[in-house]
Amino acid sequence: MNTSQQTVIKEVDVLVIGNGMVGHHFAEKLRELSEQRSIHVLSGESRLAYDRVHLSEFFSGKSAEDLALTTDANYQARNIGFDLNAWVVDINRDSKKVSTGSGAAYHYNKLVLATGSFPFVPPIPGNQSEHCLVYRTIDDLHAIKASAEVSKVGVVVGGGLLGLEAANALKEAGLTTHVVEFAPQLMAVQLDQDGGRVLRDKITSLGVTVHTEKATKVIEAGQECRYRMCFADGSFLETDMILFSAGIRPSDALAKEFDLAIGERGGIIIDNHCLTSDANIYAIGECALWQQRIFGLVAPGYTMARAAADHIVNAEQATTTFTGADMSTKLKLMGVEVGSIGDAHAKQSNVQSYTYENQPEGIYKKIVVEPQQKLLVGAVLVGDTSQYDTLLQYALNGIELPEFPESLILPSVGDVAPALGADALPDAAVICSCHNVTKSDIVASIENGNKGLSEVKSCTKASSGCGGCAALLKNVVDHELEKRGVEVKKDICEHFAHSRQELFHLAQVSKIDDYETLISRHGKGLGCEVCKPVAASIFASLYNKFILNSEHVGLQDTNDTYLGNMQKDGTYSIVPRVAGGEITPEKLILLGQVAKDYKLYTKITGGQRIDLFGARVEQLPDIWQLLIDGGFETGHAYAKSLRTVKSCVGNTWCRYGVQDSMGLAIDLENRYKGLRAPHKIKFAVSGCTRECAEAQSKDIGVIATDNGWNLYVCGNGGMKPRHGDLFAVDLDTKTLIKYTDRILSFYARTADRLQRTSMWMDNMEGGLTYLQDIIINDSLGINDALEAQMKTVIDTYQCEWKTALENPESRKRFRQFVNSQAPDDNVMFVQERNQLRPASDTEKAKLTKQPGSAPSVIDIVELA
Amino acid sequence: MTNNSTEIEPQEEPIIRHFKWIAICKESDLVVNSGICALAPTQTPKQQQLAIFTQQISRQNSQTYVVSNWDPIGKANVISRGIIGSIDEQIVVSSPLYKQHFSLVNGHCIEDSLHRLEAYESRIENGVLLVKLPTE
Repeated sequence: MNTSQQTVIKEVDVLVIGNGMVGHHFAEKLRELSEQRSIHVLSGESRLAYDRVHLSEFFSGKSAEDLALTTDANYQARNIGFDLNAWVVDINRDSKKVSTGSGAAYHYNKLVLATGSFPFVPPIPGNQSEHCLVYRTIDDLHAIKASAEVSKVGVVVGGGLLGLEAANALKEAGLTTHVVEFAPQLMAVQLDQDGGRVLRDKITSLGVTVHTEKATKVIEAGQECRYRMCFADGSFLETDMILFSAGIRPSDALAKEFDLAIGERGGIIIDNHCLTSDANIYAIGECALWQQRIFGLVAPGYTMARAAADHIVNAEQATTTFTGADMSTKLKLMGVEVGSIGDAHAKQSNVQSYTYENQPEGIYKKIVVEPQQKLLVGAVLVGDTSQYDTLLQYALNGIELPEFPESLILPSVGDVAPALGADALPDAAVICSCHNVTKSDIVASIENGNKGLSEVKSCTKASSGCGGCAALLKNVVDHELEKRGVEVKKDICEHFAHSRQELFHLAQVSKIDDYETLISRHGKGLGCEVCKPVAASIFASLYNKFILNSEHVGLQDTNDTYLGNMQKDGTYSIVPRVAGGEITPEKLILLGQVAKDYKLYTKITGGQRIDLFGARVEQLPDIWQLLIDGGFETGHAYAKSLRTVKSCVGNTWCRYGVQDSMGLAIDLENRYKGLRAPHKIKFAVSGCTRECAEAQSKDIGVIATDNGWNLYVCGNGGMKPRHGDLFAVDLDTKTLIKYTDRILSFYARTADRLQRTSMWMDNMEGGLTYLQDIIINDSLGINDALEAQMKTVIDTYQCEWKTALENPESRKRFRQFVNSQAPDDNVMFVQERNQLRPASDTEKAKLTKQPGSAPSVIDIVELA
Repeated sequence: MTNNSTEIEPQEEPIIRHFKWIAICKESDLVVNSGICALAPTQTPKQQQLAIFTQQISRQNSQTYVVSNWDPIGKANVISRGIIGSIDEQIVVSSPLYKQHFSLVNGHCIEDSLHRLEAYESRIENGVLLVKLPTE
């Protein structure tokens, strides 16, 4: 910089150094308290504040933008000035001036240090090697990602909370992952020894190797991998990259250099207002030391931010102070739930504890109570944190424990465990500790007219920090709304103030079979991708008209519109029905021939049929014409409807079979094919109790007995497997079909949108007994109607592909371009394992560069 | 309009880009309350695909919207196969791949301000859909 030129000094009322989560929270809070004051933020990083708590989600696909807590525009709108990449190099406390490395200078009235912390890297020879990294900022994550791409094995040094988060990141990145910890257990700060052991077992079973009581002496070149870590006990571990996460150290170098009071082991000393030894300088967050303690969590940091903002605006009248914080935490590490509350190690004198351990499921729970056993002082939860919210409220609010405190952590057998209802919480109970929202704040927000969870959330900010209180918040809000007689909404979307079940009844009672009438009478707006397919499904369940009729075509999901399943590149898959999985050689040959001619990727599905992938939209009609001519019909794989009835060969062939499961499976599939429902439906029929068709994991499962059929209902594979409930035993075929008709009609009527039968059953008041009472005993007197509803659907069945091909109007839909014969030039394939698959972006770039493969020239049709 | 003249004189455009009204397809190709796809003429080998939606406003009238067919998030040419609808007062299409909503008026993605579609003006004349497209 030219010395003769005077640096322009910017006048700022409040200058904030650091734009981490706490520095950002401070700037926002101060702006809320004081609209006029000039605020300026200096960020050492190249971006504004982001969510460090959820940093590891960067590896499961979240982008830097997803993690951002604010934007440039947001700061501008709030009139908060900022500079990025602004590293402070000088603070002159006498003249109240701050300068940055790039030559900018500021004059402040009040200065706030929110410089955070930096990762501690143990002084091990070799720790500066290229692939030795730390885990703190988004820039660190980019470095880790780059290193992971050229590594196979990764080690995290440090088995604390952050270390395990980091290990999860490495695992997500596909590395063989190790955790090396100096202490004898994982998460030694939050968990007791037994909790640490259970956590270790769980994490080990997830494929992460844990090494405890290992002190690294030196990092040197490895033989199998890039590095070798040599431990003090003579053992070693080879790895391609090392991530240090062995704790944090307060970033107090600036403060130290300019003579603010610093603690013996670091940290800027602050009082209850977060004031440092200089009356015009505050320190907040992980750089601050309050009564010899550093607080490395976001919630205490936010409290400090509020205390400092309050003191700057109100000076001695400030009411918010920082007086320490609860360091309880609840989190999920690699899918393992872990919770720690208060005195987790039972260190206080005379406290007593109760423990529960379930080794098979890897669950450990401990509560620590004071000597009179009236109050909870601490808890450890591993493997199941469902009681965390309740326990935390007991601990924080000094709520008297129940007569048998152990009932709080014992599994409930029969009776429901005594959860602490929203009513039992005192008004002062802190529901969201990140944003310091109490139960009375939530009640006030509801009394001010907020009528739903999301409104309360955006008004109070509750549950928008770490999100750990989401379930409790919902509980409190629902409870308060119910107390006020407000019905908790089940609206399907903004266009209809009705649940799916209500819409079904409205359509049925008034015989509405088109969307225009439905929305003009019962809704508002133009509809959306939620309510339109719901309406289409309801019309189909009730009237079963051709789904591509002009009045219904705009309602269908793309899969239904094109009668195929859209794949990621916009092509479709083709799945003809193969009832019961029984197929003639001739049909197999035809499928093979069609797949060969059209170069379709071919795969056997889990539902005992064959899926042909990679058909372009304009090829669909020709392909289906060939299949239909060969005796196939649509498989409805694209629809929320009956998919398949899986089966074994039954007593026709099998030595153990006791009934003709194959015949029943084919009959059932042909009976219910084309039935549209709130979600897809799968059946299976097993010919004996060996259950080869896996009927208990299906919506409707039938297992042969010596005397007939056992009927299982509401089972599910998929995301959340559920075994079917035994609904009735030893049924004859006629009764079996009668019950199935009724159950499916009742499901189509009453389930929510996209609710599988398993969730439908789990949410049904009265459960299985209630359903049995309706279906078997006709307790609601609706069985005739249910059977009639099913009869309509069965009688009006049509193969949608056949109808579509016969109808020139619907056939016209299957054109890529209405004005050209050209195919979509973005659909490109490469070969893998002797079949075609979609080309990746890089492969596409190569393909288009090759001469001669330029996409076909446009031929716009001649206009009439 | 005659067979050969597919271009109409550009209207006055103040800055930078030049536009032409170009005939794209017949009015009868449009599907009410749904979408279709058409190609726009280009100089480059890469296709320029248009997603064209028609929303019925009253018994007599409907409004046509034209946006680019490329889904910037799903990375495929599929926008024309999305369901149209409204969010608050805004008319939108929902991507058939991952369901993000794009305004049919200005192309902006409601969920993710980093992504948008191109949005084009259009009008129907003598049974032909004309779209105002930038020229090279």
